[in-house]
This record gives sequence, structure tokens and C-alpha cells, in this order.
Amino acid sequence: MSENAILRAGPSRVVAPVPIVSAAAQTQPHRVNIAASHVDVFYAAKQAIVDVSIDIGEHQVTAFIGPSGCGKSTFLRCLNRMNDTIPICRVTGRIAIDGEDIYDPGMDPVQLRARVGMVFQKPNPFPKAIYENVAYGPRIHGMIGNRAEADEIVERSLRAAALWDEVKDRLDEPGTSLSGGQQQRLCIARAIAVSPEVILMDEPCSALDPIATARIEELIDELRQNYTIIIVTHSMQQAARVSQRTAFFHLGVLVEAGDTETIFTNPRDGRTQDYITGRFG
Amino acid sequence: MSNTLLIAGLLLLMTMAYVHGRRRALSSAAGRRVALHSLPSYHGLYIALWCGLPALALAILWLVLEPSIVRWMVVASLPEAQRSLPSGELGLLLNDVRNLAPGNVAGRQPDAATAAAVETYRTLKSIVFWAMVAAVTAVAAFGFEVGRRAIAPAFRARQRVERTILWLLVAASTIAVLTTIGIVLSLVFESARFFDKVSPFEFLFGLEWSPQTALREGQVGSSGTFGAVPVFAGTLMITIIAMTVAVPVGLMSAIYLAEYASPRVRAWAKPLLEVLAGIPTVVYGFFAALTMAPAIRELGTFLGIEVASESALAAGIVMGVMIIPFVSSLSDDVINAVPQTLRDGSLALGATHSETVIRVVLPAALPGIVGSVLLAVSRAIGETMIVVMAAGLSARLTANPFDAVTTVTVQIVSLLVGDQEFDSAKTLAAFALGLLLFVITLGLNVVALTVVRKYREMYD
Amino acid sequence: MTDAPLPIASPRRPNLSRRRARRRAAERRFRWYGMAAIGFALLVLVVLIGGIVRTGYGAFLATEIGIDVAFEAETIDPAGTRAPATLSDANYRTVLRKALAGAFPQVTAQRDQQALMGMLSSSADFRLRGMVLDNPSVIGTTQRVWLKASADIDTLRKADDIAVATTAGAGALQLLADGATVTLRAGPGAFTGLFADLAARRPDAVTNGRATLGSHLPGYMVETADGGLLRLTSFTANEATGDILLAPEAAPAQWFTLIVSPPEGDRRIDDRELAWYRALDAQGRVRTVFNTTLFTSADSREPELAGVRGAVVGSLLTLVICLLLSFPLGVMAAVYLEEFAPKNRWTDLIEVNINNLAAVPSIVFGLLGLAVLLGFFGMPRSAPFAGGTVLALMTLPTIIIAARAALGAVPPSIREAAMGMGASPLQTVLHHVMPLALPGILTGTIIGMARALGETAPLLMIGMVAFIVDVPGGFTDPATVLPVQIYLWADAPERAFVEKTSAAILVLLAFLVVMNLAAVILRRRFERRW
Repeated sequence: MSENAILRAGPSRVVAPVPIVSAAAQTQPHRVNIAASHVDVFYAAKQAIVDVSIDIGEHQVTAFIGPSGCGKSTFLRCLNRMNDTIPICRVTGRIAIDGEDIYDPGMDPVQLRARVGMVFQKPNPFPKAIYENVAYGPRIHGMIGNRAEADEIVERSLRAAALWDEVKDRLDEPGTSLSGGQQQRLCIARAIAVSPEVILMDEPCSALDPIATARIEELIDELRQNYTIIIVTHSMQQAARVSQRTAFFHLGVLVEAGDTETIFTNPRDGRTQDYITGRFG
Repeated sequence: MSNTLLIAGLLLLMTMAYVHGRRRALSSAAGRRVALHSLPSYHGLYIALWCGLPALALAILWLVLEPSIVRWMVVASLPEAQRSLPSGELGLLLNDVRNLAPGNVAGRQPDAATAAAVETYRTLKSIVFWAMVAAVTAVAAFGFEVGRRAIAPAFRARQRVERTILWLLVAASTIAVLTTIGIVLSLVFESARFFDKVSPFEFLFGLEWSPQTALREGQVGSSGTFGAVPVFAGTLMITIIAMTVAVPVGLMSAIYLAEYASPRVRAWAKPLLEVLAGIPTVVYGFFAALTMAPAIRELGTFLGIEVASESALAAGIVMGVMIIPFVSSLSDDVINAVPQTLRDGSLALGATHSETVIRVVLPAALPGIVGSVLLAVSRAIGETMIVVMAAGLSARLTANPFDAVTTVTVQIVSLLVGDQEFDSAKTLAAFALGLLLFVITLGLNVVALTVVRKYREMYD
Repeated sequence: MTDAPLPIASPRRPNLSRRRARRRAAERRFRWYGMAAIGFALLVLVVLIGGIVRTGYGAFLATEIGIDVAFEAETIDPAGTRAPATLSDANYRTVLRKALAGAFPQVTAQRDQQALMGMLSSSADFRLRGMVLDNPSVIGTTQRVWLKASADIDTLRKADDIAVATTAGAGALQLLADGATVTLRAGPGAFTGLFADLAARRPDAVTNGRATLGSHLPGYMVETADGGLLRLTSFTANEATGDILLAPEAAPAQWFTLIVSPPEGDRRIDDRELAWYRALDAQGRVRTVFNTTLFTSADSREPELAGVRGAVVGSLLTLVICLLLSFPLGVMAAVYLEEFAPKNRWTDLIEVNINNLAAVPSIVFGLLGLAVLLGFFGMPRSAPFAGGTVLALMTLPTIIIAARAALGAVPPSIREAAMGMGASPLQTVLHHVMPLALPGILTGTIIGMARALGETAPLLMIGMVAFIVDVPGGFTDPATVLPVQIYLWADAPERAFVEKTSAAILVLLAFLVVMNLAAVILRRRFERRW
């Protein structure tokens, strides 16, 4: 049961300061934003996630790492119920955002996804104008009354995604005409536009070159001020660079979660140790 | 039947040539297979091809040319009085001769001259047939000998055979092009003859269509008027009605099947929809005439509207039903080609499924959908049996869907089925209509296929 | 990091719950539209097939009437030679007329006897001749022969749309004959029921307490226990006058009143024929059997004698030609285009051309056939050979496209492996690629053939629309095909042909179902995903 205790260790319960502590980790203890407990996920009869419990704090970046096929993306997609679109997928356990169970029958996944935005592995702008890409979300949620409001949201979101200066003169061009990195920032702007509380990022840089990756990472760090961000990555360097907290998944099991510094310098579990030192994965 | 026997005989000869070739090749290498450059069967094929192909080509050429030559010879043998008949009557006479030749007892006794012509025809036929048999056999024997001489252990039979087969393949692939050329030439040629009699301007812009030409010379109103506008207006109206049914139903079915239906529902609903596409059009025609038209008439009477018994509405609705599976299966493909990531992107923003479909999937699939609708329109315009059985014959310029209208295909059928005389404007008009029909559907198809192909490339 | 954090203003989310409800409703509505669309299409399918089965199943049944026929030697073979020529030329109509006279001795007027003959199919005397020729020993005997009923009687029995309401009559019925008319009495108020019925249905037929009947009004009749039938021409509540349809005994023990609707003027069977039919039926001399004629004979002007055999054979002959031409040519063209053709303008042109040809209206192929095959090459009109050629040209693109898809689905690794062994390109295709692609090619071919089987319009153009009573025996005989037969019968004015048309459609659909099932099974069996 000791392992379970570790798994349950949310940020508020972190007591033992590890010798080397980054500035980020030294900030105020964060309020718990997302609380998952005993989550299992099945694809038909195959179990993909086994009894995962984790607390995720507000306004910080949490990274999910692990070898491919370890279930980190699957778990991420549980947090905004994107798994609902896969008919054979079944989720049990409890996931609560601000204390509200998101798998409650009364919870509308559509409203949930307005609160929990998502950025995908491959940039997927709609084949529409850049402007329309960003305005789409606010429109369907009725957040836009007139053109001026739309303009304002589009500009604010594009600025927040650090894309405004690059595209402000070509808002009518299709989103697909941008470069890969710009497309991904457009997708981030699109997610921000509906004012979510949480942004999920599923390997957002895996399709990008190093320069574009650096820009996105920079952006993620800025966005942390206003959003809870969860990022799935297979790059340990990226996790170390952008996240304050890290969770390590292996074979559908959450092996260890804690401050990024701790995980990378002083992991408690042997498997984590093996993974971060490159012995598998 | 005798021609079938001839072809069968030729095939038998080819088989014998093949067997002989094999044996000869083996014996030329003194029974050692490895000494041969090519396998014995290639040597056999080599002889068989030499034996069969030229003879077959000759037989086909002969059969194609034979009727006109025999006809010419029969005409030459006729007495002067009949030879100078107008071409139409001469044609009828020759038709009689051809029908009487096999010994069929016609209703009336042929006159002496016809009987003589029948005798000539019969003799000529048999002479020509045996001449053909002789010529074909000679060519086959010659080819057999040529092939036989070539056989030697070092002979590259495989290369020769393969090259010949490749040429045959090329020839087969050009048949489709030849068909198109045949269509275009025959339509253009016959239409040109029509436009000698009727000005193209009148045909394209004339508002009155009554093609009934006189049966007797000099009958009143013998000319007939050929203004195709009402015919095209009728086609357009029925097509619009059909599309009004087919596009919403087909598209919504496709959306439901592609986006909402569970795999189980999909597994039975899709084949059932395809059944609708497999039903022959003549069955739809029967349904339109027997069930739909009276139903609409009754409904009209109930609502106090006067409905013609061959209303455009009945034909159009049934045609729309026929086209539903066409629209739905094409749209289904197109919708499935939209990448899942776009749907995920929209869903992740909190869009409902229908918002995602309407605002993201459909706009992304629009070119493909437009293409499939264009293909459907082209099919509706060219559809024949439903309108022949359920739409009217008289061309009327009207915008009332409860009226009877006629269509291009109905007119083609009614002008060409039944007694017809070649060369009359009435018969030729059918080809002019056919040419226009071909041009319009071809245009629609080219545009639609290009749009669909561009669309496919976009997401590949 | 360098910029100050951007302020994210709190979003404007008006009337959240109302908006959410609206969006949910829109979602439900949209889903419902989809289901409604599919439901509509499937409903039409059910109505279509159901309607055809409903109107068509009757054609698989035929009505027969049993007549006791005396094969008298003096009529058939007075000389007693039994020579086939004599037997063949004998007047069997006379035999038949005598037999019918035996069944209905009361019918004496020539006109009525003619009508009696009309209840049997016009082929009845051929049937008798056939019996005698097959077995001359029937001469001199009397046999019950089951003869095909005419189309009207057949329809009467199947459609069963003449309603006869029977009520037992009260009191002893007295019949007073006066020439052709009869006065009926059975005590006061014996006809009150009939009177009330007519007064309710057609008050205009009643004046001063007397009803006057006619062919525009429902039939009111009196039937006696011994089989007599009287048609009333006028009646009051107490008394009636009428005509004799079938003569009753003078004082019947029991009687019934009948109300027959619709009126005589609205049906094809008049009261007399109805009476005869009821009499025959009551004697067990009418039966319904499986209609073998439908499958053994070709077209006919008489609905009860028309069958689909000529059309089925014509369709088969046409399809044979179509298959022999389109399959080899289509496969060869596909092999060339997929395996050997260089990528250049010419092959591009062929490809675009094939795709477009697949979408050319079928009637245009008919025009091609008329102008080129009949006009230029002089092929025989109305013949399966010309029809098959036209259909082959039409099916060719379908087969080429299917065959190319099947060939293209074979992975290149197979070709590389064969080439690596030193096989020539042609050997590679023939030995390795073709066998793997064959199920796909065959599936496409069967589907193409099924389409060709259902095709009508181009065949109309080349004259396969003629009325042909013989089953075609060869590829150049005049013939028609099933769909054209359907078209011809659908146009025929006789009501009995509606049933035939539906039956022919069912036969056609049965062929199509078999072909498509074959394609599905082939695909299930051999389809391989690489």
C-alpha cells in the first residue's frame, strides 16, 4: 500500500523538500484543480489504464511521461472525455474538476470540453480562415455577440498564443497555409479562445522542428499564469524544461508522481530510475 | 450459327497448333527441355497465335463487310424497275428479302421479282459463306506453316509471344476510347444530317416541339417543329424534383451512417440502401406509373389541386428515390475521408457532434459533396425508363410540377421506337437530342470527377 | 516570459443553461433528421418491394375450370382412322361447346353459349387437341379436363373484389314465371332487408316504395337452395320481379337474398358470368394451381397465356454475349493499364475516358448501337447478339475499374518476389498477381452483369422491344429481354397484365438477388486485406 500512498501524494501533501529545489517548485502550494481516483480504462476487454489516482494543481504545468503505449495519452483523453468518441472505450473510477465529477451522468461532455481545452499531437487547424479557426469555439458557445467582440477575442487569443504579430495581416488566409509550428500555435489560440480552465496537450511538439518546439515551450510557460496545463510528452528534456510536476506512467500504471525536480533527480521507484536514465523506453 | 461454328473450328485449330508446337519444340531439342531457350508451351503458343490471330482478324473483317457487299450484289441483280425505287422502299424490299431467305413463311406471298431476289440472296449468302470458310482456313494454314518454321531450340518464343500479348492488351485498352469515338462520331454525323433539315438555332431556342412528321407526302403540317426548349425545361424540372428528394435524404443518410450509426446499424443499413441502387430502373418506372402517380393524383384531388396523371412530380420523386443511394454512398466516402483530427479538434473545443458535422466536417467535405451531387444530376438527366413509363409525351413549357412534362430521354425513345424511316427529320432529331444529352452529361461528369479527384488529393 | 502575462478577461457566457438546452435540442434534432432520412429510404424500399410482391404473387397461380368433356368419335374422327392429320384438324371447339352445354343445359342462346366459352382461355381447344394427339384412346370416353380459365375469371378469383352478402330468406318462396321475367313472393315484408339496404345506399333508386334496379346499381339477387339464381329488376318490401340467371325449381325449399357490389356496370364480369362462376365453384369445379405457363411460354396477347420464358432465354443469350465480350476485353485492358502502361498523356486520356464512359447515360449507348452496330455493321435487329454487344460496351468501364482496383490491391512485394525469381513481367502478372486479384475481378464482373441484366433503355433503341411469341433459339433470332418484357407488359392495357408485370419483376429481382449474393459470397470467401 506504500505505493498507493505515493500515488496519492498530491502537491498539497508534498512535505519533504528535496535538496535541490527549483524556483518554480518553491512557489505557493497550489490548489488542487483535477482529482482523479482509481481510474481504469478499457478498450473492449483490454485494460489500458490500471487504477490511476492523481491530483493535479492549478496554474502549473504537469507533464505525463513514459514509454510509448504506457497509457499517458489515454489518461489525458479521459480528462476531457475525448474517449467518449471511441465506442469501445469504457472508463471507471472518479475524475473531478473543482470537485465536480466529470463522468457524472448529469455532466455534459460538451460543456466539460469548453472548460478543458485540448491541443493535439498533429496540428489540426480547420480548413477555414485563420480568423474563423479562432472564432469558431466562442461562436458555438455563444460568447460572441457582435463582430467587435469576435475581433477582440481573436486578437487576444492570438496574442496569448504569441501568433498575432505573424498573422495579423493575413487573418483571411486558410489556417492550413501556416507552417507546422504556427499551425500548432493557432490550435493553442483556438483552445484559449473559449477561456478554458485547463489545457491538455498531447505531445504538442512531436511533429515540429526544434525552433518551433522552443517557441511552443516558451508559450506553455507563459500560459501557466492563467491555465492549468497538462502535457503528454515522450521527451524527458521537454518535461524537465516546461513542467513543475511530473507523472511517470508505465504499462497503464501510474508509477510515480511528484515535483519534476524530484522525479528527475531522486525518483523513488526503480522503474522511474530506469526510464529517466534511458534503460528502456 | 454457322459463324459460331466457324469460330469454334478456328479455336480447335489453334489448340491443335499449340499441341503440335510444343511437341515440335521438344523434338527439336531432342527432348532436353533445358536446351530450349523458351519453354515448350511458348513455342506452342507462338504457332497457335500465328495460326489463329490473322485468320480471326480476316473472319471478323469479312463478317463486318459481308452484309453491304451482299446487299450491293442483290441490288445489282434486281430488275431495273425495282432498282430505281426510292431508297426507303428499296430498303423495305431488301428487308423482306432478308427475312424471307431463311425460308420463313411470311404472311403474304412474295411477287416474282422478290422471289428471284430471295433466291439470289440465298445463293450469294452460301457462296460468300463458303468462300469465307475457305479463305479463313487458308490463312490459318499459312500462319501455321510460318510459325512451324520458326521453331528451333534457340528461338526466343517467349519474347515473341509476350510482345504479341502485350499488343493485344494495348488493343483491348483502346476499346474504351474507340467506344467514345464511336459515340461522338455517330451522334455528330446523324445530328449534322438533322441540322441540314432543321436549323440549329430553331432546335436550340425554339419554344415548340412537335416532331410528328407526315406519314404521307404532302400531308398538312408535314414538317414538324423541332424547338427543344420545352423538352429541356421538362428534363430540368424532373431533375430538380429528383434532386430535392435525393440530396437531403441521401446526404442526411450518409451523415448519419458516417457519424452517428453504431457499427451494427451501419452493417445492415448500408447494404439495404445499396439494394435501392440495385433495383432496375424499369421497376422504378413501373412503381412510378402504377403506385406513385395515382397516389399523387389522389393527394392532389384531396387538396383541390388538379394533377395530371403523368405528373412531373411522380416521375421526379421516384427518380429521386432511385438516386438516394447514389448520393449517400458517394457522400459517405467523402465524409469518411475527412480526417478524424479535425473532428477531434472541434469536439475538444466543446462543440456538439452536430455542430462539428455542420461547421467543420461538411465544409471540409464540400467539394467532394458537390462533385457527388453533380454526378447524381448527370445520372438524373440521363435516366430513361422512369420517365418513359411515368412522364408525359407532349412537350409543354410549364413550371407547374403537377403538369405532365416530357424529357430528352422520353423523346429519344418515342422517336426511335416503333416504325421509323431513316433520313426523316423525326428520326434524326433523336440523335440531335442524344448529342446534347451526351455533351451535357459529359460536361457534368468531367467537372464532377475533377472536383472529386482534387478533393481526394487534398486529404491523401 | 519577457512580456507581462496577458490578461484573460472573464468570458461572456450568457444564459448558459438555456443555451445548453437549445444546443442539446439541436443535436437531437439533427440526429433525428439522419434517422428519418434512412427511415424514409428504407420505407420506400419496403413499399416498393412489398407492393410488387402483393400484386405479383397472384401471377404464380392460375385458375382452372373442370369440364366433363366427351371425346365423341363422330366429331373428332368420324372415319375412325386415328390418322394424326385427322385428329389434328378436328374441330375441338365443337367438342368444347358440347361439353359446356352439358355443364349448363339451361344456356341455349348462341350469344350466351359464346359467353360461356369466353370463361375459358382461348387455348382450351388446343389443350383438348393435345390430349387426343398424345393419347388417341381418350376418344369415345368422357373425362373431366381442367382447363385454364380466361383472364377475367382468373382475376375475379384472385382479386376477390366482388362482395356478395348473403342473407337467408324467410317464408316460402313462390315463383311465378311470365316469359323471361319472374315474380317472387314470400309473404309480406320478405324483401324489407334488401329494400332498406338499397334505400340507405342509393335513395335515388327508390320511388314510391318501389326500387328499380339497373347496371349502375349494386346487384340484388335471390338464390335458391338447388342452385337457381334470379336477378331482381325491381322490388318493393313485399314483392319482387326479376330475370332468371340460372333456372331454379318451381318451389324451392330454402332461399337466400344476395347483395352484389360493385354494380355490374363497374366490373368486367357481368351478372350472368358471375352466376356461372358461382355455380361451377359450388360444384368444386374451379381450382387454383401453380401457374406453370408463366415459366414455359413466351409472350402472348392473352394475359393467361403469357409467360416469361422467351424473355428469360433472351436475357441469358444477351448476357452470354455481353460476358464473352466484356470480361476478356475488360481484364486485358485493366492488366495493361495497371501493370504495363507507362504514365503518359495517352494512358491518362484512356483513364479519364474510362471514368467518363462509366457515367454516360445508357440510352446513349443505345444510340451508338443503332447507328453503328445496326446501321454501319448491319447486325440483325432485335437480336441478342446486337444487344449483348451494346451491353458489353456499357459494362466494359465497370469491369475495367473493378479489375484495376483488384490488381492494384495486390501488394508490390508479390511482384518483386516473382521478378526476383526471374519471371518475366507477363509471367509475374499471370502466375502471381492475377490469381490473387481474380476474386475481386469476378465480383466486379458479376455486379456489372447484374447491371446489364436490369438494363432496358439501350435495348429499346436496337429494337429488342418487339412483340415476340417464340422463345429465341440463337444469338441472331429476334428476342426480347426480361426488363423490356416488363416494360411491354406495364404498357399493356389489360388489368391482368399488371399482375404479370409484377411477377416478371419478381423473376428479374430473383436473378439479381442470386447474382449479388454470389458476388457477396465471393467477396467474403476470398477477400484478403494486405
